[in-house]
Amino acid sequence: MNNDCVVKMRNITKIFGKVKALDHVEFSLKKGEVHAILGENGAGKSSLMNVLNGIYVPDEGTIEVKGQTVTISTPGDALELGIGMLPQHYKLVEVFTALENVAAGSRKTTPFLNKKKILDEMGKLIKQLGMDIEPNKKVCEMSVAEKQSLEIFKVLYRGADILILDEPTAVLTPQEIDNLFRIIKKMVSTGCSVIIITHKLDEVMEISDRITIMRKGRSIQTVNKTETNQQDLAGMMVGDAMELNVPWVDVKRGEKRLEVKSITAIDRNKVPVLDHVSFDLYAGEILGVAGIAGSGQKELCEGIVGLSSIKSGEIIFNKKNIIGKTPEEINKMGISLSFVPEDRLGMGLVSSMDIIDNVLLKDYKNTKGMSISRVVSRGKAKDLVEKLNVSTPDIENHAVSLLSGGNIQKVLLGREIELQPKLMITAYATRGLDVGSSQIIYDLLNEEKKKMIPILYVGEDLDVLMSLSDRIMILCEGKVTGIVDPKKTTKEAIGLMMSGVTGEGVKK
Amino acid sequence: MIHIVKKEVPKARDKIIIRVISILAALLVASIIVIFAQANPFQLYIGIIQGCFGSFYRFSATIEKMIPLLVLSLGVMVAFKMRFWNIGAEGQFLLGGVGATLVVRLFPNLPLPLMLLFMGIIAFIFGAIWLMIPAFFKAKFGTNETLFTLMMNYIALTLVTALQYDFWKDPLAKGMPKIANFPENALFPSLSVFNASIFLVVIIVIAVYYFMNYSKKGFEISVLGESENTARYIGINVTRTMMIAALVSGGLCGLVGMIQTAGVSGTLSVNITGGLGFTAIIVAWLSGLKVPFIVINSFVFAVLLQGGSYIQTAFQIPGSVADMIQAIILFFILGSEFALHYRFVSDKKKQEVA
Repeated sequence: MNNDCVVKMRNITKIFGKVKALDHVEFSLKKGEVHAILGENGAGKSSLMNVLNGIYVPDEGTIEVKGQTVTISTPGDALELGIGMLPQHYKLVEVFTALENVAAGSRKTTPFLNKKKILDEMGKLIKQLGMDIEPNKKVCEMSVAEKQSLEIFKVLYRGADILILDEPTAVLTPQEIDNLFRIIKKMVSTGCSVIIITHKLDEVMEISDRITIMRKGRSIQTVNKTETNQQDLAGMMVGDAMELNVPWVDVKRGEKRLEVKSITAIDRNKVPVLDHVSFDLYAGEILGVAGIAGSGQKELCEGIVGLSSIKSGEIIFNKKNIIGKTPEEINKMGISLSFVPEDRLGMGLVSSMDIIDNVLLKDYKNTKGMSISRVVSRGKAKDLVEKLNVSTPDIENHAVSLLSGGNIQKVLLGREIELQPKLMITAYATRGLDVGSSQIIYDLLNEEKKKMIPILYVGEDLDVLMSLSDRIMILCEGKVTGIVDPKKTTKEAIGLMMSGVTGEGVKK
Repeated sequence: MIHIVKKEVPKARDKIIIRVISILAALLVASIIVIFAQANPFQLYIGIIQGCFGSFYRFSATIEKMIPLLVLSLGVMVAFKMRFWNIGAEGQFLLGGVGATLVVRLFPNLPLPLMLLFMGIIAFIFGAIWLMIPAFFKAKFGTNETLFTLMMNYIALTLVTALQYDFWKDPLAKGMPKIANFPENALFPSLSVFNASIFLVVIIVIAVYYFMNYSKKGFEISVLGESENTARYIGINVTRTMMIAALVSGGLCGLVGMIQTAGVSGTLSVNITGGLGFTAIIVAWLSGLKVPFIVINSFVFAVLLQGGSYIQTAFQIPGSVADMIQAIILFFILGSEFALHYRFVSDKKKQEVA
């Protein structure tokens, strides 16, 4: 019965530092099926596929491809076995044509380009799959969907019959998604097997034959589509409530501080990343923001603090409209916002500088004259290290990038709290931190809440969001799909809203 | 298969050992060329040292070679700190020279202190403008500063050529294409064998050290160089900071044009830079963009330059041999950087680990 499995992964474990990205994962792919891997962010979906594609080498476990036990240590090895992965971010040469992109790097390509031969071969394959690729069109003139088709085509042209698609629908319009699914079905009918990573439940139900649900590095279950429904899947995806020591602090909420009215933002491809988002934030309240990664969280945070542009709408803080202002201008208005960005070392801190200089980043403008003085910052850095128990050999001449993730975050959050902000925005404040460090971060945030600071907490762990927040706002594809009281709702309901079902639809 | 793997941060002791070994290895390889040139390598190397430190006069010649290199290196360092690849120090140097010469030609009768001050200011401004043009285009339109500054060198060189051979050609030079020598009141006064520009250079070194380590703008330049996102996050005006860095960087390189014309050559010519604008890039980079190391490395390079020119006359070897020795030493020092930061790992070992 195992004979019809083209891929069998058994007992796969992969450890990064102290974090178990994959914990004894089981996975199998049958010939000619579309198999969806479903899970929240950080559930290990991409890690598992990276193991199959030879980007990661597993610490434990075996991989069987087409009946043979194999070691895959590079993507080249994977391709030799017929496994091709479509990257989440396309890797195409913009100034090359489709044909040139297909030829570049392919082992079939001869030293001198035989365009006619490739063109013939491409034509055959294009016809077979019903794709609309123009071989002589340049990549820079293509739409996102065309680029994606080209990537799929590239992998197939190189002889892959097991295709891994990592969140292929995230960047597509509904019509383009239909088209993609049509192509996938064609591929399957010609004998390919497809693995699709996603977290959109409706798509899973539409395209896949079997579904494997992953959570926190473990494979929870593999089910046939015909035997399940969206509710069950959402439940398995988010899991049962865990015992967490994230205390909710009862603070009587104060007056309205931040009022966001119908803000809209678009990205470079003119796709809306924030779509008429509105919400209020009160003093002494933690407003949790839940959503699949890339649902507009980053744009929302950066939009409020003035780092990325908002096309329309209003952001009113203490009755002053701060939309369209730069961080410098907002600061000059006497509004101190503190923002703990997702990219700690790339934005919040300067990785090659020591703790003192990183504290100085937010201090140096406060002194008069042309010079900087490290006296104040040195004192603050010392306090910070002592108060938050940051483990570092020194606060001077020791780059923050050499610290552990938890300590880096303590430095960043500690610095921001030290500013005595009037509004705090944190993005994924505990991502990658161990339990102990996360606990310290939660306690710090609760302390701020007691001081009646309004806090916007963007998170990914629903258990934490539900126990820490006073209210939770759910974002999906840049839209607010609901603002709920975590005490009066369920994880499943939030999970559904994250997948695009609006608040009204899930009231039980 | 053999892979190249990045090392951990090298220790100070390892750094010294690797650098010393690389210099010794360079001397060993250079010996082959020296023997072909029919000289004794040991005597020749001792000759280099003698040529630099053998007498007070020779030492002052070494310092004279160090001064322009030092100031140029400081100049490019300021831009490099911001990850702004100023390859145009040559052009800014030349433009500074044009500025200084312009002052002499327009106001030939200014008293000496005022003249030098005026020359310095104009040279600084000319050099600064020459770098602020590419900086402006980078900030506004995202142009590539490496190509842009490089091209600006050729424009500067052509400009100086035109001045020297045509517009500013000295009619009294009997048809020789040269710009008239500066009058006494436009030259740095000599103090025994040094000229007074050495004081100016000491001030520049201290000022740049202060600027980069203890001034707000210097701090902002460092932050911007490390991460533009962080810079925007803490509210730095990226465009303004970029222009200020270009002002300081280009200005310092321009100032060298004044120091060299008024201190060493006595006038402007197309040969005045001697490629130092490019050598400065190496010096700044080898020094890890740190002011104290730039001072040390400029001196080391000056020793190579002065020693090289001394052995040509003392040992009667061709100039190209001296150049080759310099190049070999440089090659090995730069190569040792690779040994400092990377190591080789064979495939076998890697599989054992996996």
